[in-house]
Amino acid sequence: MSLEKTHPKEVKQILSKYPPEHKRSAVMPLLYLAQREEGYVNKAAMQDIAQMLEITETEVASIVGFYTLYHDEKAGKYRMQVCTDLPCALRGADEFMQNLCGNLGIKVGETTPDGVVTLEAVTCLAACDKAPMFQIQGPNGIKYHENMTVDRTMELVETLKKSDRGVK
Amino acid sequence: MTHILLRHRDIPDLNKFEVYKKNGGFAAFKKAVTKMQPTEVTDVVKNSGLRGRGGAGFPTGMKWSFIDNKNWPHYVVANADESEPGTFKDREIMEGNPFQFLEGLALASYAVGATAAYVYLRGEFWELAAFLDEKIAEMEEAGYLGDKLFGTGYSLKIFTHLGAGAYICGEETALLESLEGKRGQPRVRPPFPPSYGLYGKPTIINNVETFTNVPLILANGADWYKSMGTADSAGVKVFSLSGRVRKPGNYELPFGTTFRQLIYEHGGGIQEGRPVKAIMPAGASSSLIVVDDKVLDTPMDYATVRTLGADLGSASVIVLDDTVSLDWVINKTIHFFKHESCGKCTTCREGTFWMRNITDRIHSGNGSQGDVDLLLNVARQMQGKCLCALGEFSTMAVVTGIERFPQDFKKVVKA
Repeated sequence: MSLEKTHPKEVKQILSKYPPEHKRSAVMPLLYLAQREEGYVNKAAMQDIAQMLEITETEVASIVGFYTLYHDEKAGKYRMQVCTDLPCALRGADEFMQNLCGNLGIKVGETTPDGVVTLEAVTCLAACDKAPMFQIQGPNGIKYHENMTVDRTMELVETLKKSDRGVK
Repeated sequence: MTHILLRHRDIPDLNKFEVYKKNGGFAAFKKAVTKMQPTEVTDVVKNSGLRGRGGAGFPTGMKWSFIDNKNWPHYVVANADESEPGTFKDREIMEGNPFQFLEGLALASYAVGATAAYVYLRGEFWELAAFLDEKIAEMEEAGYLGDKLFGTGYSLKIFTHLGAGAYICGEETALLESLEGKRGQPRVRPPFPPSYGLYGKPTIINNVETFTNVPLILANGADWYKSMGTADSAGVKVFSLSGRVRKPGNYELPFGTTFRQLIYEHGGGIQEGRPVKAIMPAGASSSLIVVDDKVLDTPMDYATVRTLGADLGSASVIVLDDTVSLDWVINKTIHFFKHESCGKCTTCREGTFWMRNITDRIHSGNGSQGDVDLLLNVARQMQGKCLCALGEFSTMAVVTGIERFPQDFKKVVKA
């Protein structure tokens, strides 16, 4: 179903930000909107956005492929994205990540068996003074978690798992 | 000291509209629109000596004066893509002092005759974008943004736009491509954005911190601003201090503050009282400075840091102590640039790929001295041949790391 039908208010608001003759600018916010429900953008959504903005489906797909916050495959409901770049690594991010893998029982890039958390290593998130840190990309957007310990992270994971079971 | 940019540290709740207004907020913008010619605003900024805070240090007023007045409409874009490893200042400014940033953006828009301005935020600043949207709505509500401001003929709208995770979009022409709904790949320059920018129209792009300086410059005058800092670099800078220091964080200090003052007086010194081995003053894009007493007492401004064989850039000071091996550092930076290379120019796409392969071999203990020489050779071959600064930056730590810390590599290679 078209985003214009499912989210008419949001689509209108997004399109109003850009000159009508340059509505292609709306492709990124529309992709976020399309991704909101399932955590990834499926082919039908790309076709829908392409049609709305009068560009090709390939052009939309190239945006999905280029930017790391868009996904074209289903993963865990929450993507836990740990920064392991130089400044964070100087404050223990690599050890943090290793311990997290051990505690979750998964490797970087894998998803917990219940499908709730996917663990990812990402590049700098502009929080270098508050490492170890990660962001969680989920159905409600992106949220930062800073100055984290493995214990507090595991508590957070439990909360996410519980709320997920509650929804079902 | 009293802050100019991180004023929220002195004034509680400065991110609330009424508090900002009570503390002189929006007076500069109102005065400019009702009593000043646009070129007068640019002249004040020019005379203040303000230079761009995103890394290049280009004189801000001069950039504004380059706007092409034969081609309309004009746009102003705030670069809030903050993605350089080691940089985390713009986020604090926008969270703590959002109205001063937005007022600076509005002043720049008036100065160059733009009626629409965009704030391009990195996609990870999702919550911050929603927060700024609220602030923009409050300004519209109070009549500081919108149609026919203060009863004049000038109208202005500000919009936020979220990126989606691409370091390259901090490069201004890649940012424009991204804002146009395309892959964020840099354009061939010239033409530069003041003549050919967003949608092919004249566009001024500045960093968040640059804009945030402007309201107080207008309020207090160019001479006031110039009285701080050094002759080469006027005013104050937010230094993002990270790495092995005891108290990492943002420190707003005048240009000319020494590395020693930043690291020891403000940053609390090094963990476990260890010695500083190397400094990267401009984040992962930085050349590595070998540290001795003379270096620690060097004043940080654009010209003086250059005498140490490095650039101050965005002043994202990453501090390395004697526990850190440079072969590990460049392994980290190369992996970063390999991941973030946009793939448009062959030099960077292939260069970062091969540098990654070689540094992995060295770092895993399977490399030879020949591999170190080869890595240095690849990095040098890339220099001066990339389409944008990202490609050039990817080589800085590699070349200076190997040249200035050869012993760190001798230790890890096979005999």
